[in-house]
Amino acid sequence: MADLSVKVAGVSFNNPLIAASGTFGFGREYNEFYPLEKLGGISCKGITPTRRDGNPPPRIAETPSGILNAVGLQNPGVDAFIKEDLPWLKQQNTVIIANTAGNTIEEYCMMAEKLSETDIDMIELNISCPNVKNGGVQFGTSCESVGQITGEVRKHCTKPLVIKLSPNVTDIASIAKSAEAAGADAVSMINTLTGMRIDINSRRPIIRNNTGGLSGAAVFPVAVRMVWQVANAVKIPIIGMGGITTWQDAVEMLIAGATALQIGTVLFTDPYAPLKITEGLNSFLDENGIKSVTELTGTVKPW
Amino acid sequence: MKYDVRQLELLSNEKIADGIFDMRLKCTDSDLKIECGQFAHVYVPGKTLRRPISVCDASGGTLRLVYQVKGEGTQIMSQMKPGADVDMLYPLGHGFNIERGKRYCLIGGGIGVPPMLYTAKQCENPLVITGFRNKDFVILQEDFKAAGAELVLCTDDGTAGEKGFVTDLLKQRINEVDEVCACGPVPMLKAIARVCAEADKPCQISLEERMGCGVGACLVCAVKVKKNGEEIMQHVCKNGPVFNAEEVVF
Repeated sequence: MADLSVKVAGVSFNNPLIAASGTFGFGREYNEFYPLEKLGGISCKGITPTRRDGNPPPRIAETPSGILNAVGLQNPGVDAFIKEDLPWLKQQNTVIIANTAGNTIEEYCMMAEKLSETDIDMIELNISCPNVKNGGVQFGTSCESVGQITGEVRKHCTKPLVIKLSPNVTDIASIAKSAEAAGADAVSMINTLTGMRIDINSRRPIIRNNTGGLSGAAVFPVAVRMVWQVANAVKIPIIGMGGITTWQDAVEMLIAGATALQIGTVLFTDPYAPLKITEGLNSFLDENGIKSVTELTGTVKPW
Repeated sequence: MKYDVRQLELLSNEKIADGIFDMRLKCTDSDLKIECGQFAHVYVPGKTLRRPISVCDASGGTLRLVYQVKGEGTQIMSQMKPGADVDMLYPLGHGFNIERGKRYCLIGGGIGVPPMLYTAKQCENPLVITGFRNKDFVILQEDFKAAGAELVLCTDDGTAGEKGFVTDLLKQRINEVDEVCACGPVPMLKAIARVCAEADKPCQISLEERMGCGVGACLVCAVKVKKNGEEIMQHVCKNGPVFNAEEVVF
């Protein structure tokens, strides 16, 4: 049995597999499949300052090897999360990451302040949601705005701060550098790629929001490329995600430069995927005589 | 642990009407604690999303799913061969609440008819109204009769049974029943809800929406409902698929 534990920004994870925000709610549903302590951690559903009902349905469409979604950040609000979900989550013996999304920098700061007073393990700043009218990705697409929001939130945040990056940018390495320079402890990447599907009979977009975020196996090569580029540009750790479906994908993402991983869309195909990936990863390490999973990170040998 | 993924052996998978297939799977008796109106989330090889299919029947070690081929996923399902293992997440969702001593009118429209068969089996002498576009789409009539239901058939064009909509028949007979349960297209459910509200009869409706996880985590299959005077978003997979018609904001 290899050592699967990893450390990101001072936080120890039993294994590198973290449930990705938006696919896992606040954990209660998947706890009906397996104990959540089998996961390295959980990045909770994105929360906002007050309750949001989200977009009208349909909110999902299948695509070749993936899905589009536009949930629109339906959530009960930061106060309800802290009061009703966090105490239960903290009893599950796994790392709990809050994912926050606001309309303004002030809102992000306010949530960081509130969460800093709790026993949450980490805060992931969602500046990359493509499915809301205000905020979300608008903060995540220029170096200036990423630097500014990271710097401002940093002043209000005493927890390890992870910036979740959008792939809908020209140069993701520069964006990551701005986050690092402004005080981010880590980056997580990639959020979804903006996409669209149209019903050819009705000529209506399948998703009511017209566009949605593309995730699943289809985006995996894009995610690997971006993680590799960012790994070459920053010193802070990367939580890699985007279409990881098999243990081989997990190994590949680590080799590209990720220290930990998030797993999302594959849960809809197989709720047990994170457990299977962890097992496969462990076998791979054992078979190759690698003692710790951390030895894989960033070991790609580029041509 | 409340949820599990099971591999069920496919016993048969036959076409029973135009674009409609009847899939039967072998399951042990301990797997059969299924409420009427619940669904199975079926894994389709090569697809990212499972397909939610309502339970048509569950008895004698057999689980029965009757589904319509609508897209690529159900097309692949229709080609699955007997002997194959089908990966299923079931039973899921909140089904119809059937109380003893009440007479129910069960209404199914089109591919909304199958879940009403297992529901009919939980009721005493139900009045079942089934509606289809035309004779080519008529399904499950013998099964409802065998289940002891008083059965009424109607088609939009009159090519089988009575000509007309299920709501026309419901209006004529609503005074004979205590409660209505329905599954079918939204315009039909909306009309049924109106008839029930006017007659002051409780009504439960089974809804459909494009679905992701199937267990209430991803929040995609949203439906707007009114609870205590406030409009909120609930989810077909976890809060439904069966909802109190009075609470649904169409």
